[in-house]
Amino acid sequence: MSTTGHTTTGADRLRANDPEPQAPVGGGMKKVGGVAGWVDDRTGAAKGVGYLMKKVFPDHWSFMLGEVAMYSMIICLLTGAFLTFWFVPSAGQVEYDGSYIPLRGVMMSEAYASTLDISFDIRGGLIIRQIHHWAALLFIVAINVHMMRVFFTGAFRKPRELNWLIGAQLSMLALVEGFAGYSLPDDLLSGTGLRAAEGFMRSVPVLGSYLSYFVFGGPFPGEAIIPRLYSVHVLLLPAILVGLFTVHIVLVALQKHTQFPGPGRTNENVVGYPVMPVYAAKAGGFFFIVFGVVALMSALVTINPIWAYGPYDPSPVTAGSQPDWYMGFADGALRLLPGFLEFEAFGFTFSFNVMIGAILLIPVMYGLISLYPFLEEWVTGDKREHHLLDRPRNNPTRTGIGMAGIAAYAVLMFGAGNDLMAIKLGLSINDITRTLQLLFFVAPPVTFWVTKRICLSLQRRDRDLVLHGRETGRIIRTAEGRFFEKHEPVDAYTRWNLVQHEQHQPLQLEAGVDENGVASPTARKDRLRAKVSHFYFKDRVEPVTPAELEAAHHDGHHAEAIEHQPHGGATLVEVGSGENPDSEDGQRR
Amino acid sequence: MLGTLVFVVAYFAIPMESQVFLPGIGKANLSNVVLGVSLGLGLLGIGVGAVHWAKTLMPDAEVVEERHPLRSADESRRGFVKTMMTGGTEAQLDRRPLIKYSLGGALGLFALPMVLQVAGSLGPLPKDELSKTMWKKGDRLVRDPEHTAIKASDVTIGSVFHVLPESIKESHHVLEDKAKAAVLLMRLEPDDIKVAKARDWGYEGIVAYSKICTHVGCPVGLYEQQTHHLLCPCHQSTFDVTQDCKVIFGPAKRPLPQLKITVDAEGYLVADAPFREAVGPSFWERG
Repeated sequence: MSTTGHTTTGADRLRANDPEPQAPVGGGMKKVGGVAGWVDDRTGAAKGVGYLMKKVFPDHWSFMLGEVAMYSMIICLLTGAFLTFWFVPSAGQVEYDGSYIPLRGVMMSEAYASTLDISFDIRGGLIIRQIHHWAALLFIVAINVHMMRVFFTGAFRKPRELNWLIGAQLSMLALVEGFAGYSLPDDLLSGTGLRAAEGFMRSVPVLGSYLSYFVFGGPFPGEAIIPRLYSVHVLLLPAILVGLFTVHIVLVALQKHTQFPGPGRTNENVVGYPVMPVYAAKAGGFFFIVFGVVALMSALVTINPIWAYGPYDPSPVTAGSQPDWYMGFADGALRLLPGFLEFEAFGFTFSFNVMIGAILLIPVMYGLISLYPFLEEWVTGDKREHHLLDRPRNNPTRTGIGMAGIAAYAVLMFGAGNDLMAIKLGLSINDITRTLQLLFFVAPPVTFWVTKRICLSLQRRDRDLVLHGRETGRIIRTAEGRFFEKHEPVDAYTRWNLVQHEQHQPLQLEAGVDENGVASPTARKDRLRAKVSHFYFKDRVEPVTPAELEAAHHDGHHAEAIEHQPHGGATLVEVGSGENPDSEDGQRR
Repeated sequence: MLGTLVFVVAYFAIPMESQVFLPGIGKANLSNVVLGVSLGLGLLGIGVGAVHWAKTLMPDAEVVEERHPLRSADESRRGFVKTMMTGGTEAQLDRRPLIKYSLGGALGLFALPMVLQVAGSLGPLPKDELSKTMWKKGDRLVRDPEHTAIKASDVTIGSVFHVLPESIKESHHVLEDKAKAAVLLMRLEPDDIKVAKARDWGYEGIVAYSKICTHVGCPVGLYEQQTHHLLCPCHQSTFDVTQDCKVIFGPAKRPLPQLKITVDAEGYLVADAPFREAVGPSFWERG
């Protein structure tokens, strides 16, 4: 029985025909049993682990994104531990006498010198360093893409709001961890980044200069920042990251993975492959694939060649200074914020041109991301558990909001590249910057609107497909001389995917006053809620109902009529009437 | 089937061999490539092998697992609340407010010494250090990094010098002082300088401005000789030297502070006064 794509029948039924598994007799089996028995005698773990090994994970390519993040984190932990053996987290000045000739005799910090040693004098050190850096970049890419997947499919809905919050925290801390990490080598580029960070801290009202002096242990650059960043980077943040990640993954196991809707996949089950052996082999193998790809990249593509920048010195600077990619949006925000946001009042300086981008942007962004599930729950008034994912098109407003957020992020990202664009494209940097400033306000709403329209038209297309079938391109001429194009109805499994979802109705506003004319205490809030709900759900395309489907087959469409005659249209209507083809589960609707 | 198994086993064997020949490779760069490629191929071998194994040999029947509501049964929920409440009652929490409040208060206050220790000892107070640099009257302008003094006649029109105070040699905190005192020296046609004060603070068209950007403190390192614009490479703030380094574009607000210079008896450029205002990024109390 082919199972690519669909399970045609409940797996329980499938298993009923299987032969009973043979009792283990082989030597290998005995050994496994022996070791497991020894451990179980002492921990009683067999039950729990056995349960975990039987856990079912649904299959979809997008579920790998979180895995990529997890694996790149493991790679970072592994290579990071190696790097600590050689890296010296000290800003103490030494004269370099390693094997990189151009820098011989130059005064530099021990941090920079030891990073040079890792790169040139320690066998295999460079590959570990590059793997660490590439894996860190990949970690944050994977987190972000994973987050988008969760957002657009609505996987953050009840009961997973908590895990969404943890994920948002993880994502934000990963940025900080990355920044702390690439600042450690104390090269010219990262030192300039730290210098800018010092400027950011100063922009905080009232506390700015104190903050800067406390973080740097005195005036910039000082000798305290490198060891402090080091303990933050290798101890504090990794501990928090690993801790939060563990909760994240335990919650995934506890709540069981979400799945895309499909025949036999309901809100009350998980259909997929068990951990042992399929998922273990696939996921385990995938770890090695991720690691292998990172290793290949690190072998062939140089990243952060700190030896080319030289040691940090507050006076020189390189043109085209750019942070690592994940800080690009914040850097871009700083480039786009106009200078007039800084002003003096009451004898104090308000430096909002810096503070908005450097201090507020990241917490505000993650704050909004964190709040979103609760906003949507409030708007829909939907308190049910959701284990079936939405297709992004079926929730156009959410998809639109997500795309608008991505558009804003992209504009900021381009902002960080305004100098490079100006050079490569031969444009005026002033024009680019002004255009991007404008785009920051224009692009998100336009993106929202376009995305929503695209989603709605995709839904209409789905409707059309269900009601009228696929256009085959074959023209048929009837005996009376009439022409029509043959439409082929979609099969029941495809149809189920197109009609299974539900559409929210805008919430109806209840009367603001009761029968005695007393205003409801929550009237104002209700009005707002109804407004937002209207915004969310005023445009919607209802999924095809069984009745509509039936009507479509009987409203004089000769194509269908002729086509279905040979094999009795009745069965088709029955299966295709919007019911889940796996009839046991059909009662969900 | 057996072929696939052999294929998988062969893939498993690769990394071991590659590990063996890894050490002892000469030059760093070559070693990086060889190490990385062999490591990568070895790992990919395992990975692709395992996935291929899973895809071809393992059962591909999907399994259904039922979900159960995450919510505990009402009884357990009530039980939990009851346990907590009885626990509280048995500890006489509600009958002994003194214990409740004193313990709560003490626990809350306990955080204070911990926070105070860290926050209080992280660094010294800034005082007015952010507003001051090393520059003082009579300090010679020296080239960075050569530390040689500059004669006014050395500075030709259109040239630009990266400058430090001569006293930086005696500094015990070179990087910290450099981070505030770095200066750019340029010579323009005196008539090109449109602001009288800027002309007066310079010497025959030679003007000195702080190199530390007033935005977030990157060195403003790019000088456009023809337009007399200074550009900060970090966030592209653009300062016009002819207009007393006013910001003509970008996110910075304030002009770069000017250092008043003159020449000493031997014809070397010297500072005529310290910076009038704080250099570098804005901060709350700079006024």
